[in-house]
Amino acid sequence: MGCEPLAGGRRELVHVHEVEVSLGGRTVLRDVDFRIAEGEFVGLIGTNGSGKTTLLRVVLGLQATTAGEVLVAGREGRRGGPIGYVPQRVAFDHDVPVRVADFVALGVDGTRLGLARRDRGVHERVEEVLASLELGALAGRRLGALSGGEQQRVLMAHALVSRPRLLLLDEPLANLDLPRVHETIAVLDRICRAEGVAVVLSAHEISPLVPVMDRVVYIAHGRVACGTTDEVVRPEVLSALYGHHVDVLNVHGRVVVVEGEPGDPGTHPEVVVR
Amino acid sequence: MIHWFVEPGFWSNPVVGTALVLGAVVAVVSAAVGVMVVVRGQSFAGHALTDVAMAGGAGASLVGASPLVGFLLAGIVGGGSIEAAGAERIRDRDVGTGVVLGAAAGLTALFLYFVSSSTSATGSTQSVLFGSVFTVSPSVVPLSLAVAAATLATLFIVRRPLLLSSLSPELAAARGVRPRAMGLLFVLVLAASVALSALVIGAILSTALLVGPAFAALRVARGLVGATLGAIVAGVAAVELGILLSYDSFYWSAAHRSVPVSACVVGVVLVEVAASAVWSRLRRGRGR
Repeated sequence: MGCEPLAGGRRELVHVHEVEVSLGGRTVLRDVDFRIAEGEFVGLIGTNGSGKTTLLRVVLGLQATTAGEVLVAGREGRRGGPIGYVPQRVAFDHDVPVRVADFVALGVDGTRLGLARRDRGVHERVEEVLASLELGALAGRRLGALSGGEQQRVLMAHALVSRPRLLLLDEPLANLDLPRVHETIAVLDRICRAEGVAVVLSAHEISPLVPVMDRVVYIAHGRVACGTTDEVVRPEVLSALYGHHVDVLNVHGRVVVVEGEPGDPGTHPEVVVR
Repeated sequence: MIHWFVEPGFWSNPVVGTALVLGAVVAVVSAAVGVMVVVRGQSFAGHALTDVAMAGGAGASLVGASPLVGFLLAGIVGGGSIEAAGAERIRDRDVGTGVVLGAAAGLTALFLYFVSSSTSATGSTQSVLFGSVFTVSPSVVPLSLAVAAATLATLFIVRRPLLLSSLSPELAAARGVRPRAMGLLFVLVLAASVALSALVIGAILSTALLVGPAFAALRVARGLVGATLGAIVAGVAAVELGILLSYDSFYWSAAHRSVPVSACVVGVVLVEVAASAVWSRLRRGRGR
């Protein structure tokens, strides 16, 4: 199921057209079709194993497709494009003495070969990004000495320091407590609105993202549905996506997506929408 | 006062002079490469390459070639094999390294058997295993210096993408770096470093010079640049002090039997590692 970019003169930034991906002989993405405009905040929502990480890797140019086309800023998906990436998990060794500021600077010159020293502009940009994410006090600390939440923010700084037009985050809200979840979303929303960076954030729960999301790309069984929350999180749309009946229930002001017929032993709440 | 520590003839002996210069150069290369070995978690690969170097050195002795050439050629083939055997996952890399290590140990045993039964290669076994910095041929020095310069230059040129791919291959790939290419390049740099240190302190103990000073410096330093400089200072100190101790040991007993340079160097390295452990513990105790 495809969808058009938002109206309002925004230019298309990501174009994913009829993409199919097979891993080990198994098709994990099929007929994936969506577009993302500049400055959009998009939630990539799906359960564990639904193909979210694979789809992000396709956009990054890290995962080859078996069919279809991926364009980022009008060019075929390739490594090193105008994309900032925050992977799901990076385990930094506690004993490796790489300082936060030096790691973030690698987001600018980490691909650069040569003998030249790091120029002053890079240092200034690193300071600017660290300050914007309220990480200035951590600039001289070792990466491995930081908490998980702090490391995640440092990864965001690393992704943003090169002024990307698109920021991809793979499950950044997993393992965060609720106040940290809201804090992280607020920071990303500010970056998206203030700097015009398109944000694509993958998550298995949609609730905390609803207030800030322009659109949702909902992924299930390797297929996607795209649109606003109201357009996508509907029984008929999700039933078509899952290939069988799905209910969307309103429980105490929250919407629960239930896979399977009521009374079916296989029924379980899958996604909660506020 | 210095004459209390330095026996007569140390400074004027040209063999000692060559050993001090070559030893310092090798220590600088080993330390700089060693820091990245520890950061990348490739100490096992470093150790395997010393066994590969042993096979190369023994093979070179067998055919009458320079040990350094044998160390280098074997290291390049062995390092390439380690990367080719599997670099996507740490477990695959370890298995690949283990296979190469086993093959190298077998070849070393075979070559050393032939070498030891050959009268024309007397002393080669000790030279390959324990180094020969006091007996190194002057003709090897220019090649050693050239290999050292090329190794350091390569490491310095690729330092940023190498560090990024060491910290996170996935992030590096997303930025456009090819982690496998970086891995192959680094293992060749590592092979060259091991070849040089095998020349000075022997193949068996070259892992100590590669990893020891780097490990000690990484424990003490706050940043990677500081750790690299600290490792270089610790490595050079270990080699130079080891050469001095080995030279002096000739005069320690009436029998006039020197302690091998390699044993002295490794002894100093162990003291440095122990001192860094104490320093690290004290710093943690102060909550810094």
